[in-house]
Amino acid sequence: MTNVTMTVNGKAVSGDVEGRTLLSSFLREGLGLTGTHVGCDTSQCGACVVHVDGKPVKSCTVFALDVAGAAVKTIEGMANADGSLGVIQQAFQDHHGLQCGFCTPGMVMSAAALLADNPKPTESEVRHYLEGNICRCTGYHNIVKAVLAASGQDVAAVAAE
Amino acid sequence: MPKDGGIGASTVRREDIRFLTGKGRYTADINLRGQAYACFLRSEVAHGRINRIDTAEARAMPGVLAVMTGADFAAMGGNPAGWHIPSRNGEAMKEPKRPVLAHGKVRHVGDAYAVVVAETLEQARDAAGAVVADITELPAVVDMAQAVANPDLRVHDEIANNVCFDWGWIEDNRAAVDAAFKTAPHVTTLELVNNRLVPNAMEPRASIGDYDPGTGDYKLYTTSQNPHLSRLLISAFVMGIPENKLTVIAPDVGGGFGSKIYHYGEEAAVLAASRALNRPVKWVADRSESFLSDAHGRDHVTRIELATDLEGNFLALRTETLANVGAYLSNFATATPTFLHGTLMAGPYRTPLVYVNVKAVFTNTAPVDAYRGAGRPEATFSIERVVDKMCRELKLDPVAVRRKNLIQPDQYPYTTPVGLVYDTGNYPATLDKLIEIADFSGFEARRAESARRGKLRGLGLSTWIEACGIAPSNLVGVLGARVGLYDAATVRVNATGNISVMTGAHSHGQGHETVFAQIVSDKLGIPASSIDIVHGDTSKIPFGMGSYGSRSLAVGGSAMVKAVDKIIAKGKKIAAHMLEAAEGDIVFEDGKFSVTGTDKSKTFGEIAFSAYVPHNYPLESLEPGLEETAFYDPANFTYPAGAYACEVEVDAETGRVEVVGFACADDFGNVMNPMIVNGQVHGGVAQGIGQALLEAAAYDDNGQLLTGSYMDYAMPRADDLPMFTVDHSCNTPCTHNPLGVKGCGEAGAIGSPPAVVNAVIDALHRGGHTHVTHIDMPLTPSRVWSAIQN
Repeated sequence: MTNVTMTVNGKAVSGDVEGRTLLSSFLREGLGLTGTHVGCDTSQCGACVVHVDGKPVKSCTVFALDVAGAAVKTIEGMANADGSLGVIQQAFQDHHGLQCGFCTPGMVMSAAALLADNPKPTESEVRHYLEGNICRCTGYHNIVKAVLAASGQDVAAVAAE
Repeated sequence: MPKDGGIGASTVRREDIRFLTGKGRYTADINLRGQAYACFLRSEVAHGRINRIDTAEARAMPGVLAVMTGADFAAMGGNPAGWHIPSRNGEAMKEPKRPVLAHGKVRHVGDAYAVVVAETLEQARDAAGAVVADITELPAVVDMAQAVANPDLRVHDEIANNVCFDWGWIEDNRAAVDAAFKTAPHVTTLELVNNRLVPNAMEPRASIGDYDPGTGDYKLYTTSQNPHLSRLLISAFVMGIPENKLTVIAPDVGGGFGSKIYHYGEEAAVLAASRALNRPVKWVADRSESFLSDAHGRDHVTRIELATDLEGNFLALRTETLANVGAYLSNFATATPTFLHGTLMAGPYRTPLVYVNVKAVFTNTAPVDAYRGAGRPEATFSIERVVDKMCRELKLDPVAVRRKNLIQPDQYPYTTPVGLVYDTGNYPATLDKLIEIADFSGFEARRAESARRGKLRGLGLSTWIEACGIAPSNLVGVLGARVGLYDAATVRVNATGNISVMTGAHSHGQGHETVFAQIVSDKLGIPASSIDIVHGDTSKIPFGMGSYGSRSLAVGGSAMVKAVDKIIAKGKKIAAHMLEAAEGDIVFEDGKFSVTGTDKSKTFGEIAFSAYVPHNYPLESLEPGLEETAFYDPANFTYPAGAYACEVEVDAETGRVEVVGFACADDFGNVMNPMIVNGQVHGGVAQGIGQALLEAAAYDDNGQLLTGSYMDYAMPRADDLPMFTVDHSCNTPCTHNPLGVKGCGEAGAIGSPPAVVNAVIDALHRGGHTHVTHIDMPLTPSRVWSAIQN
């Protein structure tokens, strides 16, 4: 076991981990931040996406020790300071961009990374960017709509429904 | 206009708040004090004899608490099949025991034969690697045709030819159907495969067993669509734990699509391990385990024939299907290819004569059971493909042919030749609506534009119907069901006027917490924010059958409305006493009990308070309290229906298909929350497009799953799909449930696959590749390219 320290959602945290402990496990089991989900074992589904030093990463593919000292942001850190939903979260609710909710944390984190890089993406850019996040419930229609809405674009014309 | 937040409003979902902030509570998120971790050992061969399992080394590993094998569960019962389907010669179906852990033989890759429990997950995994299983590999049977033809290959030693049953529907009609084919002017024949799929709910299965040695009570947290069914199966069939000593909790569940209806052996194993160790035992599947051990879907091989006259009027239809049930019977495996498939073979059409034959076949593959749509997508695909093929053979317009064969709006109730009575519908209206919203008239211009870019554009259609709202218990009992299929709800009005609704339905993405509150709010005239929906915990909710088969609202919602009606009826008695009026003079409207023709009234809150503080109350004739339970057993199935159109572009050079447009005109009866209904359709269509173009669970000849991860199994991703056009304005309310609802959960997955395939064939024909009459799903680039090349 080795002690690891990092910043998670603005707070300094530390814990003892094995060399093989994944960042997703450290967040979920070590810190109790169970909003980060694990939906596969091949880094394909994207339910575990978090931000490390501002960049989206699949936390099931990163060892906790490899991000020692980094600033990590998870879905638990995405709401506004007063606890209300952030812009992207609110757009997901307004546009029914989630159903079972399991892929949602990763979707929100990926969407946030996209909008940080590309504040006004096209529909096609949103779809391409979210390739690494699998959703089985929504057919992506309302996720794409929510991300476009979160970027401040008018989504009324995007699709009939 | 819907009332604010009431029936018909697109209210945003209350459950979203916890899901969007990381506060959802899925089974894997739950950690109990003192819990140990389980890791299952699974067969690496498709068929094998277990000679010996040496656990000594594993038991000596650090942190290991127990190693259990199939032998430890041999005395327990098996996980049963929920429906008995007799063969057409009257023989009982073959029901081999499905043990908690494999014992004696393993029968598919992924078949669990041992479980290691340790202090930590890592220790459990490490120790699992030290278990030595001496298993002699036996010949595997994977292909269904081979399974029924080769008497030397047996999945279960006692079952010759691997046939579970050979079912005919309706056997008495067979001679008449055959006679019609002999004299028919035209017969179209199609052999097709309905590809095997892995449901792939994004949350892998997980279970925590928690035995309390102090009380003898068991608790099971599990990823279930219907916790009461799991409790019943574990109690009555598998473990013998008294029902009143077992609580099953399905907390937030990350999608199901059928795969979490069933009881699985891992649930019994963690309960037994917890009992043995006197501490909680947790298991969370990884995705690889899900691929190997979740119940798969579809997997039919069908020959369908359609007899018509030369104008395309349907005269008769018959099918022969081999349906794969895998190595063991999952709980609904026998109902899915029969009563959820054969009974739908009339579709929305007036086909006068229909006969369906289904042989269910054991193979050395994972069990196959209901997956979104369950039997109805298979029926719809067969019908809609053969109809399209007939139109090409006779050079008829597929829209006109469908239109003239549809059941007409004045023909309800309509009794089909396969045993269903459709209560209501308007299929020509949804077809007309589809032609409008999919802009059929603009297709030619779009096709020409695609052609300028070197792409072949095609337009495909399906008109479909399903039976859901499962199901009238007395009817399904006659047909072989071993459970009732009602549902239940309890409406508890608290003394301060707010309400807890306990429902037997289960929400794993459908938004019940929002929609059910909308309905109760609408009926009782109190704000939805004062209403809580409780589900998923057998210690809190009445005995219900959970959510599958698009039944939550039609059955569970109806039970809830019945319970609300009882609350109102009792409220009127209380109000009559308080207002010194006759009960018959009390009217209830907008949350107020009033004496008709006067200004005397009591609010709902005043009545609730009086029920719990009964100082001025008719105690001599009425019990205090305001809580009512209702069970609802539907009088009939519900029959959602619709018309779907898919537009594709095919790159003839590569065979790549792109879906460029998809439109749905649905009739779901009354719609409670349009936003949620649209979302259900989007998701279903995405799964249908996935089946048509991308997804296939493929086994090799030795029974190894070739598509065991997201690296190999093509899940639909955001850039595989277009925006969808969805309409449900052509609704005909269901005639036999109080909300007039039909259900919308499966529609998209049922209606879409044939529309996609029909569109691709249409594109190829328009591009001059008229030799292509069919391509089996999934229509991968290589399959489409090969078909073009002939």
